[in-house]
Amino acid sequence: MTYAAWIILTASLVGVSCGLMGVFLILRKQAMMSDAISHSVLLGIVIAYIITSEVSGFYMLVGGVFAGLLTAFLVQGLGSLNVQQDASMGIVFTTLFAVGVILISTSLGNAHLDIQHALMGEITFIPFHAISLPFIGEVPEATALLAIVLVIVLFFITIFYKEWKITTFDPALAASLGLPVLVLHYLFMSLISVTTIASFDAVGAIMVVAMLITPAASAYLWTERLTIMLLLSSVFGVLAAIAGYYIAVWIDTSISGSMAFATGIIFLISFIFSPSHGILAKYMRKVKTA
Amino acid sequence: MANPIINVENLAASYRKNTVLHDVDFKVNAGSLTAIVGPNGAGKSTLIKTMLDLHPALAGSVKFFGLPFTKAKKRIGYVPQRGSVDWEFPTDALDVVTMGLYGQIGWLKRPSAIHKKKAYEALEKMGMEEYASRQISQLSGGQQQRVFLARALVQNADLYFMDEPLAGVDAATERAIMTILQELKSIGKTVMVVHHDLQTVTDYFDHVLFLNRTIVEHGETGEIFTNKNIARTYGGSIRQMGDEHRHVVHTFE
Repeated sequence: MTYAAWIILTASLVGVSCGLMGVFLILRKQAMMSDAISHSVLLGIVIAYIITSEVSGFYMLVGGVFAGLLTAFLVQGLGSLNVQQDASMGIVFTTLFAVGVILISTSLGNAHLDIQHALMGEITFIPFHAISLPFIGEVPEATALLAIVLVIVLFFITIFYKEWKITTFDPALAASLGLPVLVLHYLFMSLISVTTIASFDAVGAIMVVAMLITPAASAYLWTERLTIMLLLSSVFGVLAAIAGYYIAVWIDTSISGSMAFATGIIFLISFIFSPSHGILAKYMRKVKTA
Repeated sequence: MANPIINVENLAASYRKNTVLHDVDFKVNAGSLTAIVGPNGAGKSTLIKTMLDLHPALAGSVKFFGLPFTKAKKRIGYVPQRGSVDWEFPTDALDVVTMGLYGQIGWLKRPSAIHKKKAYEALEKMGMEEYASRQISQLSGGQQQRVFLARALVQNADLYFMDEPLAGVDAATERAIMTILQELKSIGKTVMVVHHDLQTVTDYFDHVLFLNRTIVEHGETGEIFTNKNIARTYGGSIRQMGDEHRHVVHTFE
C-alpha cells in the first residue's frame, strides 16, 4: 500500500470508531466528557510508560482505560458532592492532565513522548512505525491498534445495543427495570478512553474531540433513527478523514488539523441543508406558511 | 389495613443540601388508586424516586409485597415525568414502548416480533396505534404522555408509580389515561400517582396522600379530602381557592 493509502486508512479507522462512540456521547449529552478524557488519558499513557518503559500499544490502552475511568469516577464523585457537572469536569481533567505534563518533563526527560505530539498527533509518521503481523504482513502499529479498537467498539455496541439505547434515552426507566446503569456508564467511558488512546497517535488529544463530537452532531441533523445516525456518523468520520488528507496535501499543512477542519465543514453543510433541522429548510417552511 | 403491599417506615431523603422528606410512614393496600398531592417542593417526586431506589434514602425502609425493592422490581412499573427525557432522541413511539420490555427480554437478545406485537397492543390501548412509527419528537405533549403510559402497561406490573401523568395534557389524553388507571384498579393493580389538580382528586382517586415533606394525612378520599386537610398541606392561603374549585366542580355535576 502507498504512503497516502495508509494515512487515509488509519484516519478512516479513527473516523469510524469515533463516529460510532460519538453518537452515544452526543445523545447522552456528555460531549465534553470526550474533551476531559482525551486530556486525562495522557496521564495514563505516561504512567504506563513509566511502569513498563516502552511505548507499546497494549500498555497504553490499559493506562488510558485506567485514566479514563479515574476521570469518569472523579467527575461522578464530585457531582454527588454537589459540585456542578461542568465544573467538576473542568477540575478533574485539567488536574490529571497537569500531572501528566509534569511527569513527562520530570521523569521522562528524553522520551519519545512530548506534549506537542500528544496534543496534535503526528499521523504523517505513522507508516514508518510498522509491525509485522501474521497473514497480513507489514502494518503500521497505530493502524493495527485502531483496527483492534474498532472491533472492540463494534462488539460492545452490537451486543449491548438495546442497553445503550435505553440508558441513553431514559436512565431512570433503565434503573427501575433493574439494568446496571452505573456499570454501563463506566463501560461506556472505558470505550471512549480506548477509542481516544488508539486515535491519539493519529490525531492527538484535541483533534480526537472533533472526530468524536462533530460527525455525530452532523448525523443527528439528518436522521431520526438511531441505526442510521450511527451509520451516517461513521460515514461522515471517514469523509472527514479523506477530505482532510487532501486538504492538507493541497495547502501543505497539518493533516490532523485539516481533518478536524473537514468535520466542521461537514457540520456546516448539515446545519444549512438538513431537510428537517437545516436553516434553509426552516426558512423555506417559513416562506411557505407566510 | 388488611393487605398492605407497600410498607414505608420512617423514610427520609435529602435533595441538594436540604432534607426534603422526613419521618414518612404509610401503608398502601392492593387494588387502590392513590393521589399524592402537595405544594411545589413538598417532595412528591422525591418520595417516588426514593421508594424506587432512584434517589438515596437517608433513613427508613421501604417494602413492596413484603420484599425490598431489588427483589420486587420486576412487579413494579414507573412512569417518570414527561420532561425527564429528551424527546428529540432519534426513535419512534413503538420503540419507546418496547423499551418497557427490555427487562424481560434480557441481555444479549433483540426484541422479537412478539415483543413488538405486545408494544403495539399497548399503544392501541392508549389509542395511539396510528402513531406507532411516528418520530417521538413529532408527538404532542399528550401523545408523548400516552406513549409513556403504554410503555408502563407492557411491563405488566402489579404496582405502578406515575409522576404527574396528567400535567399539561389535553382533555382527550386525560380521559384516556384515567380510563386506563380505572381499568388497572379494576383488575387488582395498585397505582400511586403524583397529582397536581385538586379539582379532580375526588373524581379520579379512591385514596389520597397529603404530602408536605412528611405525611400530613393519608386515607380514603371520601373521608380525608377536606378543606381542612388541604389547608394543612398547602398552608392557609389556599383555603379560599380550594373552596371555589370544589364549588365549580359541583355545579358541573
